[in-house]
Amino acid sequence: MTDRDVLLEVRGLKLEGRSDETWTPIVNGVDLTLHKGEVLGLIGESGAGKSTVGLASMGFCRDGVRIAGGSVNFDGIDLVNASAATKRSLLGKRIAYVAQSAAASFNPAHKLIDQHTEAPVQHGVKSRAESEKDAIELYRKLRLPNPEEIGFRYPHQVSGGQLQRAMTAMAMSCRPDLIIFDEPTTALDVTTQIEVLASIRDIVDQFDTAAIYITHDLAVVAQMADRIKVLLKGDEVEEADTRTMLSAPKEDYTKSLWAVRSFQRPQKPAVQTGATSVIAVKNVTAAYGKTPVLFDVSFDIHEGRTVAVVGESGSGKSTTARCITGLLPPREGHIEFEGTALPLDYRKRSKDQLRQAQMIYQMADTALNPRKTIGELIGRPVEFYLGLRGREKRKRVEELLEQIELEPSQYINRLPSELSGGQKQRIGIARALAAEPRFIICDEVTSALDQLVAEGILKLLAKLQDELRLSYMFITHDLATVRAISDEVVVMKDGRVVEQGQKDDMFTPPHHPYTDLLLASVPEMDPDWLTNLLAQRGADNIGDAAVDKMT
Amino acid sequence: MNSVLRILVQRIGLGILTLFIVSIVIFGSVNLLPGDFAQAILGQGATDEAVAAIREQIGLTKPFWVRYFDWLGALVTGDLGVSYSQLMFAANMGGDQLIPITTQIAPRFYNTMFLAGLTAMIAVPFSLFLGVLAALYRGSVFDRGANIFTLSSISSPEFFLAYILILFLAVQGQWLPSLASVKPDMPLGERVYTTLLPALTLTLVVTAHMMRMTRAAIINLLASPYIEMARLKGISPMRVVVKHALPNALAPIINVIALNLAYLITGVVVVEVVFAYPGIGNLFVDAVRTRDIPMVQICCLIFAAAYILLNLTADVLSILSNPRLRHPK
Amino acid sequence: MSRDMALPFGAAVALVVVLLDRALGLGILSALLTLLQLVMTPVGWVVALATPAAAALGAWKWLVYLLLVIAGGYGFRAAGQAMTGNAPFYRDMTLAVAVGYVFAAVVAIAVAYTYSISFSTAGGMPDSYFFFRLAIHGLAAAVVAAILFRQLGMWIGTPGSRKLFRQMPGTAAFGIFIILCYAIAAIFAAWIAPYGQEEVLAKANIIPLVSAEMGGDPGFPLGTDQIGRDIYSRLIYGAQNTVGIAFVTTILAFFLGVTGGFLAAVLQGWTDQVLSRLVDVLMAIPALIFSLLLITAAASLFKGSSLTVAMIVIIAVIDSTRVFRLARAVGMNIVVMDYIEAAKLRGERMSYLIFREVLPNAYAPLLAEFGLRFCFVFLTIAALSFLGLGIQPPLADWGTMVKDLGQFVNYAAFLPQYAMLPLLPAGAIALLTVAVNFVVDWMLHRSSGLKE
Repeated sequence: MTDRDVLLEVRGLKLEGRSDETWTPIVNGVDLTLHKGEVLGLIGESGAGKSTVGLASMGFCRDGVRIAGGSVNFDGIDLVNASAATKRSLLGKRIAYVAQSAAASFNPAHKLIDQHTEAPVQHGVKSRAESEKDAIELYRKLRLPNPEEIGFRYPHQVSGGQLQRAMTAMAMSCRPDLIIFDEPTTALDVTTQIEVLASIRDIVDQFDTAAIYITHDLAVVAQMADRIKVLLKGDEVEEADTRTMLSAPKEDYTKSLWAVRSFQRPQKPAVQTGATSVIAVKNVTAAYGKTPVLFDVSFDIHEGRTVAVVGESGSGKSTTARCITGLLPPREGHIEFEGTALPLDYRKRSKDQLRQAQMIYQMADTALNPRKTIGELIGRPVEFYLGLRGREKRKRVEELLEQIELEPSQYINRLPSELSGGQKQRIGIARALAAEPRFIICDEVTSALDQLVAEGILKLLAKLQDELRLSYMFITHDLATVRAISDEVVVMKDGRVVEQGQKDDMFTPPHHPYTDLLLASVPEMDPDWLTNLLAQRGADNIGDAAVDKMT
Repeated sequence: MNSVLRILVQRIGLGILTLFIVSIVIFGSVNLLPGDFAQAILGQGATDEAVAAIREQIGLTKPFWVRYFDWLGALVTGDLGVSYSQLMFAANMGGDQLIPITTQIAPRFYNTMFLAGLTAMIAVPFSLFLGVLAALYRGSVFDRGANIFTLSSISSPEFFLAYILILFLAVQGQWLPSLASVKPDMPLGERVYTTLLPALTLTLVVTAHMMRMTRAAIINLLASPYIEMARLKGISPMRVVVKHALPNALAPIINVIALNLAYLITGVVVVEVVFAYPGIGNLFVDAVRTRDIPMVQICCLIFAAAYILLNLTADVLSILSNPRLRHPK
Repeated sequence: MSRDMALPFGAAVALVVVLLDRALGLGILSALLTLLQLVMTPVGWVVALATPAAAALGAWKWLVYLLLVIAGGYGFRAAGQAMTGNAPFYRDMTLAVAVGYVFAAVVAIAVAYTYSISFSTAGGMPDSYFFFRLAIHGLAAAVVAAILFRQLGMWIGTPGSRKLFRQMPGTAAFGIFIILCYAIAAIFAAWIAPYGQEEVLAKANIIPLVSAEMGGDPGFPLGTDQIGRDIYSRLIYGAQNTVGIAFVTTILAFFLGVTGGFLAAVLQGWTDQVLSRLVDVLMAIPALIFSLLLITAAASLFKGSSLTVAMIVIIAVIDSTRVFRLARAVGMNIVVMDYIEAAKLRGERMSYLIFREVLPNAYAPLLAEFGLRFCFVFLTIAALSFLGLGIQPPLADWGTMVKDLGQFVNYAAFLPQYAMLPLLPAGAIALLTVAVNFVVDWMLHRSSGLKE
């Protein structure tokens, strides 16, 4: 690799962000070297400063961010000290950018192809007609449906995965030397993600473009990058060749990131037939107004077991939870608790019925009232359901805090805003436990958290289940989480249950074709995974194309 | 196509319905209250027969709803009725030539439209320009200064601004006349000259509002990821503003303009009184002082109708400028 | 698609306007056409420059100045680039910014020059720089007051309040200082004011701020009005009456609006529908116009002080519609939070939801709205009083004082101290609303900053 020319060289890059009128460091000296045609993966958890570094390596800072030191050298041009005009002549032409949310990054007022041709025409690289022809060619290469026609649509008329590929095409419009991909697949469903990943990798290979691929997902970066650099809170942790990094990480932090995937609970034995379930969903059909969203959904959740409900966005997972809690009374069917039917509307349920089923939310920020202390938040259900007051209540709250592994004296008087994301989620768990329920719905409880923290939450939930014989309904789109914690799995798609069964059965073939596709779409840590998958299935049998074939 | 048409028809229908209900509110709030206006018109010394005759003439003997629909029916055919001051004049002086409200209002309506129009023509381009500038250089000394200035201007009562302008421009500077006594036969240039001081007063207030709203709308817009994307494509700043920001800024800017023109309607009342400008606002305040019910109703209805129409226009234009609605899936 | 739509829609609107115009003989069209003619054509611009207004203001002269400033900006930037060896500051400066710097410098020099020459003629009568000096001194006093008050706040008080003062911008400190002064004047009016608000003294028309031989009187620093009432005392009492009445009105409007808004947000369904539609109708009439209409109706029932009470109720009801909109929107934003869902699923009662879960999270926006609403109510009442339809005698209030003293503004050319009279109450109104707005602006900025 040393024989190839260096394209981008970043040395000692320091970045600062403005908060309350003062500048605080957010990146403390990062070095980066990129050769022509090479793909560098930049990974780290939220707040690691990876997007800021990505933009700074284009010589660009967002409002409230500034370069405080170091150098950025692109092909002999000093981007830190270059004039605005010099930088403009490079951006879009030799350095391009692909943003996280394509839906927000395309201008809603113009057609895709008008936005595509803007950079080449403005930079004088191609004429408008040439660029349009090239756009259609690129759309075809990126396997967009109807490549001749799709460019003439407005952004809101095109789906998210297709927009992301159209944006990659736009970045390619001037055949740049370097593209920065800033989490391009984070907002997408797994089946869509794989399609976008395959086409991005393909086109970057084809034009021998250098790229910086920013993501928090290790398995994704393993497919895309030649080398990987790990960032933590604005500091560089380590950098190595992808295969070396995956097989032999040096630093403890990197090792701990890799180890996350290893947590897996053993499967519990199957429940005896005829045992009464804690919660039974019986033939539930539901609708929002006139729009039907659930069709004849049935499954059981038994004592001490975890049922994972899996599906992509819009599959009806959360709606099922709303039916169980009674927020959305089903049109048909009913919900049973320990063999007796519950009133469909939560307002008609008794206090005890409400107590037995608790909920933990995805976003701890909106699930905890920001004006109440931890003691008040956990104390309210203790007082409300169990009638404990004064010292007894405080004692119970302290017990609960110990159960969720937070030191009571230190946390009881704090406000939620004074806690970290993981700690807030633990408070959410404690509030659910305070009601002493038999059944808890966990709605994407780990998806807003970084992997290490999420791991801690999953372990805590597993421990509590064993101690208190709790039953969980675990709503998630992440199959790694399913593998880690569940006993039984329910796969949903478009408001219907596609397949259900024991976890071990679900993860061994034969599958329902949709489950199969879902499982196949989850990236693995193996750098050859995407290559093998494409070889095995072919480019037309992955992603949305495959889903379309199914229906 | 159909969805846009349906929304437009819905909005316009709603506007007409609102206007209808507002007319009931206006008519009802002064007519449902007790108090004998016939007695008020003629004064304490009037004979019972005269009072009865006036009551008959202005229809106070009929039930409320009949009176309302009579009034509304006459309005729709262009008959705005006769003001009490005219009736009183006729009753006390014995004249038989009643001047209808239409004739009284028409020249004043023209004057008010002229004042509002002149203000809008100075204020709209000026404040859009300053607002965009403040947004582009936000956080700068200019932006902070503009913030303090506009806040002060919004907070000051119209008569305070009016007196300050009179003080500097009319009395000490001797540049402009302090009384805006326009006459129907004035040539355009002189009319503008006479109306300039009230128009500048209104401009101060409206510009401050409009500039702040424009600034907020543009800052909101410039924060969108697609603007960042355009800059990252190496597009020139001018082109970013013209090609990427402006088409999306249309709806918010239209809204800002319409809201402020609607605001102008209220501001015009006080300013017309300060400068003794013969507009509809002055007429309205005089009518309120003398409790001239028919005149109050008509003036109020005109103000409300203009307000509703402006809001409706803003609504309709922002629907038409939304690409998501213009190009349905 | 819009282009297909715009034409028939525009035609329909135009037709309606034309028909209305013809039917009522209002002359909207001719007014619009004359104005369009004025702005839309280059000829119109030339005509505008040739008007008496343009001539009186010396439009051509100013146009030349403008071009000079632009040229100055260009030169400034070029000079900066040459002298600093193309430093990034000058290299990346746009022409607009360069012109801005030059413009600011020109204004600063002009102000300083005018101020310096204002003293040389100060002794003479008439003093044509009186108001200019007054403005400069007033501004300087405001800056000094803001700085001193903020220093004071940083020294005394709890650690929390001291930290607050450290972070506060000067405008907010100034605002708080002014609000405190007004509060003191309003509460202790009877002790501060030397005379009663309705006390008619022996001598009328005493001129403020001048020596006895020029018609002043040291016993009446701000003079007396046409019927011999002490203006200083009336100003102090005005704080009590005008501010007090506006405050009461705002509280009433808030009570109505917040109660309705939260009920609509939490109950939703038909309660929300009924309240919202009612508010829509009330808001379709501009506030000042609507209050004038209702005061017309009330004036046939009430007289004197009870008419003032009627006005309070009328303005409170009209303004409560705006409070309702905000309270409902704030409530709606809170109601969709997961913690409200959690409380509902726990089985909590409606009163617990409103008072313990929703209200504590609505304090910040409601407090800011209270400030803005107060300003609006205060200005509306002042405007009504100015029109002679607001606060009724015998109470002294600032709007009425402006109306009564308004004619003196015409004395400005030869006796500027006299012309100051209507500006005192008008300025008192403006100063308080400016102060409240400064504080509210800071609060809004702070709460939006905390969210990020």
